[in-house]
Amino acid sequence: MVMKSIKFSQFSTPAAATEGAEPSSCPGQRSRTARRKWQVFPGRNRFYCNGRIMMARQTGVFYLTLVLILLTSGLFFTFDCPFLASNLTPAIPVVGGVLFFFVMGMLFRASFSDPGVLPRATPDEAADLERQIDSSGCSRPPPRTREVLINGQTVKLKYCFTCKIFRPPRASHCSLCDNCVERFDHHCPWVGNCVGRRNYRFFYLFIVSLSFFTIFIFAFVITHVILRSNRTGFLSALKDSPVVVCFFSVWSIVGLSGFHTYLISSNQTTNEDIKGSWSTKRSKDNYNPYSYGNILTNCCAALCGPLPPSLIDRRGLIRSDTPQTTSQSNGTSGKTNSSNLCSLSQCDQDQCLQSTKFVLQAAATPLLHSDPVVLAPLPGKTTTLGGPCAYLAPTQQSLPSCGGDVLTMRDAAADSHCHHHLHHHHHHHHHHLVSPEETPCTTPQGALPCPAHLHLHPQPHPPVPSPATLYDPASQDALHEDSVRGLVKLSSV
Amino acid sequence: MYFVSRKCAVVRIYQVRLQDLQQPAVSSKVFIQRDYSSGTICKFQTKFPSELESRIDKQQFEETIQTLNNLYAEAEKLGGKSYLEGCLACLTAYTIFLCMETHYEKVLKKIARYIKDQNEKIYAPRGLLLTDPIERGLRVVEITIFEDRSIGSGR
Repeated sequence: MVMKSIKFSQFSTPAAATEGAEPSSCPGQRSRTARRKWQVFPGRNRFYCNGRIMMARQTGVFYLTLVLILLTSGLFFTFDCPFLASNLTPAIPVVGGVLFFFVMGMLFRASFSDPGVLPRATPDEAADLERQIDSSGCSRPPPRTREVLINGQTVKLKYCFTCKIFRPPRASHCSLCDNCVERFDHHCPWVGNCVGRRNYRFFYLFIVSLSFFTIFIFAFVITHVILRSNRTGFLSALKDSPVVVCFFSVWSIVGLSGFHTYLISSNQTTNEDIKGSWSTKRSKDNYNPYSYGNILTNCCAALCGPLPPSLIDRRGLIRSDTPQTTSQSNGTSGKTNSSNLCSLSQCDQDQCLQSTKFVLQAAATPLLHSDPVVLAPLPGKTTTLGGPCAYLAPTQQSLPSCGGDVLTMRDAAADSHCHHHLHHHHHHHHHHLVSPEETPCTTPQGALPCPAHLHLHPQPHPPVPSPATLYDPASQDALHEDSVRGLVKLSSV
Repeated sequence: MYFVSRKCAVVRIYQVRLQDLQQPAVSSKVFIQRDYSSGTICKFQTKFPSELESRIDKQQFEETIQTLNNLYAEAEKLGGKSYLEGCLACLTAYTIFLCMETHYEKVLKKIARYIKDQNEKIYAPRGLLLTDPIERGLRVVEITIFEDRSIGSGR
């Protein structure tokens, strides 16, 4: 149903057909919410709030962190603050409150933001790189590495097989999130996310502020206990509990803050420090080429430097002509005009020619055969509501991969967004009669549905019950006339 | 009726296609890779690719890439202004970015305008198209080469 309406609308305006089919522009179409890019993101991340929040897959430890912080603060504010405010100064709960909100703010910022994920390469890029790798031939350096000279140090860039790119220096592939992350520090389960270029400062500020906060709580809880015991001599177990938690966490968090302070001042990542990449133990003239020389500049650069925007456009709408398969490209703005001009790709022409051949074959059978065409989806695959094509094409020819490739159907409910439809079935296959509602198809350009879906089944099937939204009978007649003329033209070719 | 309508659709496809084939078709794409010799800052190689030799002169191309590099350097520059912005943001717990956009984002918009301008003035008349690197994750500058119309329409 959806497919037909797209087709007809675009036939009437061939100019519009070259633009990516925006779902809202198709008249007579059932309102289909356009899919956003986060829904088809290839990494192992979880997205919340319609793509605004991005986290790793395992978030259990993050909730533990939240619970610990909230519990400790809750106990402190409930049991210690009233006493301290009245006996010492009301500034204590105020400062405590400020610290608490800062800690929570930094935690959320570190956990929910994009750490600096590099989008995967588009198929064209990947093909180009492969060609370069194959043509390079020589074995030194090994074909899938590149050597760059940075500030006098030779740095090896490795090729990432998952993302199909040469990783920039300091980037690393996180196996938990299945993404390449720029300036990869480490994957922090406490924060529930990778720590990379974009959220390192939030992570650092989180652990520093948390250390201050825990020391603050620890100190004032002890003060409270001492003051109380002076007056009443009674130590209740309730007042002990924040002490116990604080005692252990203080040392680990303070220790971690100290370690990261050292890393920032020397402009290293945890990854590099653990591997000893810039250690003088490796070779005498080994030094860190990224360091700015002095501690102050390094600190300022890490904490106060410009914050780069996210390279993956999570909330952008998927355009039918955006290269999809291995990459979610785009940064700030999701829509530019340039992709419109690229709507005709080489593979699209291939597809067109193949489909045209198929049409000519199909046209060889009697035109006015009254048998309805059976549109046959692959058996066993269910369709999603509202539009995306459920076809997974078992392409018998090897089609050149182009922008708008088939996305693997992991499950019918999720990312079934089919772009390629070459569907060559033999006549002997048994096809179910599918109502047209279930078979919407759009090609990458949105302009041309694949006529290869036409499949002439020798056995006549009962006519497909057409919902009201399907066809306008008037237009059918007009088209019928045109089709006769058209086919005459076809046969003359 | 259903069948006939499908046929009509197919015929229309063919007619539309003929029209489309007369519009420029993509013949190839060139990718300008990143230049990491100055570290991790965003910089593209200025080496002139051989596929563009017949289309545009070297000077023009290098000037475009150099301007892009300069713009990206400006975005990532460490200086008084960026430090001030960073400190202010930190003090407001980064809520300030709900109201204003970062310096980097402002420069990215500038870059987008520059690329659009270059495409209109220089590259489109030569049958080329620059893609904004931000759409490719700042990995490459993708230059699409369209077939020369003077050669003839269609494949």
